[in-house]
Amino acid sequence: MMENDAGKKRLSPIDGIWKLFTTVKLAVVLIFLIAMTSVIGTVVEQDAEPEKNIKFFTGVFGDTLAPAAYKVSQAAGFFDMYHSWWFLTLLLLFSANLTICSIDRLPKIHRAVSEPQKPLPPDAFGRHSIKKDFLTEGTFDDVKARTEKLVGKLGFKCADHVEDGSVQFYGQKGRYSRYAVYVVHFSIIVTLLGAVIGAFFGFNGVISIQEGKTADAAWTRQGVEHPLGFSIRCEDFSVQFYGDSDMPKEYMSWLTVMDDGKEVIKNRSIEVNGPLKYKGYTFYQSSYGPVPDAQGLLFFRITPKGAQQSEIVKIRLRESFKIPGTGFVGKTRYFSPALAFGKDGEPFTYTEMMNNPAVFVEYEENGLKKYAGWVAKRHPQTWTLPEGHTVEFMDNWGYQATGLQVRKDPGVGVVYLGCILMTIGLYAAFFTSHRKLWVMVQSEKGKVRVSIAASASKHKVSFETDIDGALKAINREVESG
Amino acid sequence: MGSSEFFGVATIGYVVAMIVYVVYMVFRKENIGVAATTVAVFSFLSHTAAFVLRWVESYRQGIGHAPLTNLYESLIFFVWCLMLGYLIIEFKYKNRHFGAFVTPIAGMALGFIELTGVAKGIQPLVPALQSNWLLAHVTLSFISYAAFALSFAIALMYLIVETKEYKEPAYIFWTLAGGAFFIIVAAMGIDYVYAAVSGQDAGKGLFRATFFNPSSGIAMGTRIAALAGLVLLWRYGHLFKRALGTMDLSSEFLDELTYKMIAAGFPVFTLGGLIFGAIWADQAWGVYWSWDPKETWSLITWLVYAFYLHCRFISGWRGKRAAVVAVLGFITVVFTYLGVNIFLSGLHAYGGVR
Repeated sequence: MMENDAGKKRLSPIDGIWKLFTTVKLAVVLIFLIAMTSVIGTVVEQDAEPEKNIKFFTGVFGDTLAPAAYKVSQAAGFFDMYHSWWFLTLLLLFSANLTICSIDRLPKIHRAVSEPQKPLPPDAFGRHSIKKDFLTEGTFDDVKARTEKLVGKLGFKCADHVEDGSVQFYGQKGRYSRYAVYVVHFSIIVTLLGAVIGAFFGFNGVISIQEGKTADAAWTRQGVEHPLGFSIRCEDFSVQFYGDSDMPKEYMSWLTVMDDGKEVIKNRSIEVNGPLKYKGYTFYQSSYGPVPDAQGLLFFRITPKGAQQSEIVKIRLRESFKIPGTGFVGKTRYFSPALAFGKDGEPFTYTEMMNNPAVFVEYEENGLKKYAGWVAKRHPQTWTLPEGHTVEFMDNWGYQATGLQVRKDPGVGVVYLGCILMTIGLYAAFFTSHRKLWVMVQSEKGKVRVSIAASASKHKVSFETDIDGALKAINREVESG
Repeated sequence: MGSSEFFGVATIGYVVAMIVYVVYMVFRKENIGVAATTVAVFSFLSHTAAFVLRWVESYRQGIGHAPLTNLYESLIFFVWCLMLGYLIIEFKYKNRHFGAFVTPIAGMALGFIELTGVAKGIQPLVPALQSNWLLAHVTLSFISYAAFALSFAIALMYLIVETKEYKEPAYIFWTLAGGAFFIIVAAMGIDYVYAAVSGQDAGKGLFRATFFNPSSGIAMGTRIAALAGLVLLWRYGHLFKRALGTMDLSSEFLDELTYKMIAAGFPVFTLGGLIFGAIWADQAWGVYWSWDPKETWSLITWLVYAFYLHCRFISGWRGKRAAVVAVLGFITVVFTYLGVNIFLSGLHAYGGVR
């Protein structure tokens, strides 16, 4: 229909859309929409169990409105909104806007950058945003030399142009800073591209491996199994606390990777902020926890009174150990992952986490019951028997599982590249500018006239300050001879 | 003296400086201005000493980390950056009139610390926080927050100077935003004085003496008074304009300075807040971006300032509208910084209030 609109020059729909995508206005609208809609996902809990959000909706909308609001939110994808079709569409439109804006503007910018600077016609001095004009004492050659010094001080490499009795120095600096904004825009596209690569070809999941056990698959958050193609064994896990508190200072796992029946990585330790990488997968220490009803090993270091040598025993619960050279036998009876004593002196377990592992040991001497008590791993004062023998509870192995975050993301390098580009681009965009300078020297009635014309794409004031500063410095040099 | 004593001196000093700067704005007497600057500089030096001492103390306790790891320490560092930035502006432009608008932001941060009972102890670091990226991420984030806070104060002044009509949206906006800002600072002051007079613990929560007073009569009364305050400000806001008008501040200068602050804050925020945060998350958790509320709100803040920067290229958006966006930008910063910790949860939960 539009083609038939004779008489009026109208843009074709494609040109119209193209034109729309070249505008800053569209960018501003999209930025606004992305910012506003992002808020939703921070209020409605993402990827949560339905109960949580049902409770939240009932709290906000009341019993009568909540079901309807919940249904609307579900249809709009609010419960996983950053992956909903409409949010991704917004990001896509934003990327298109950035790209088309840049394609539209780059030729003009390219011209401004590559155009060679020409000497100014004498009457053009005074038309630039920075202009200075003054008469000065001295011979023409003196002033010319001073001017050369001036432009050098300002960091310009100038060409000179001689024309009937006058000389003109001109040069430019930082012209590539005109591209800076586009580097920033491009970096956003690169970063988003990295994210897309990660979303399509990457994997994010978790594995929980009990000490001594082997796993060959990870699980996504939605509970889908993901075979790794190799297997990984947790050799040991340990957690250290700050002083006597239950605040973890450090926790680490020792992992062995087996591929094709061979141990390719042996007993490598990982900790928070220190992951392990193998075949594109990265394993991060992310959590830990107890294994219910675990039947692991208990490690004791036994030192009879006065002995130089210690003996290490590993036993299971309800097994016994001997104190060498004595008639003492200790039988382990109970295990508590986190032992504490109540006000009445009754022992109890205050958490399932291994915050204070302890073993209850019953001692016999030559077959006769002697006494019994708790040996706690974190409390050395519980290790000594009344007779002076020490029974150190060194470790409980096989009782805990290490929680690993597993990630495979071929896009992460691209994201990092985007970040580096963005940093460079922002630096150039905000802290550098394209500066142009022309200085003309000409004789006039026994004196010499100096005319300065200059412009800057940004930070005009600071360029002017620089020029004033350089002029003052030169003047001082002249005065002091 | 330990870090907490030096810090106590700085806190009192900043509050005094705030009052003196406001008095200076009203009476415009040179010696009052000199007094305000003297108090501010003295408090800043004491604050610097407190910061260094706290760092030393953490090593003495065997914990050993820069005092930048929890909400309390970050608020303190924010105030430090803010005052440093402010003093630089005051000396560079030889103009004390910004003081009455900037120091209340410091007052608000300090009031928040005192009134919400933020834990002040030096705490050991959980494993995820034991990273060098932490220092870079937190330091740069708060430097940028301070720059944004300055842009907020200056943009507010711009709006006061530039608006004329009662019905003008920008006028209504600044009376509401500026009014709410000063009412919050005043209500915090009342809370503090009330707690001191009645001998109660101040750190029980915000606005216990006013809007959330256990007595519903006082609560209602103060809420109505606050509303009345907003209406009065709307009615007599031009008096502020007159006060600022006699000062040596052109609106172009204020617009330019707002832009400068944001132009300084934005790249620092992008690098320190977003990029370093992402790198750190990538190394600690294996996800550089997880749409966690703190991350998302940082992105929203970033978008608001990107919005501001682009507004300046659209005809008719420079000036008043851009200033409105600058004010809104800092409100998003405050929400990112405190609101998320209070209302929303996520990976940054260790920045919690208690």
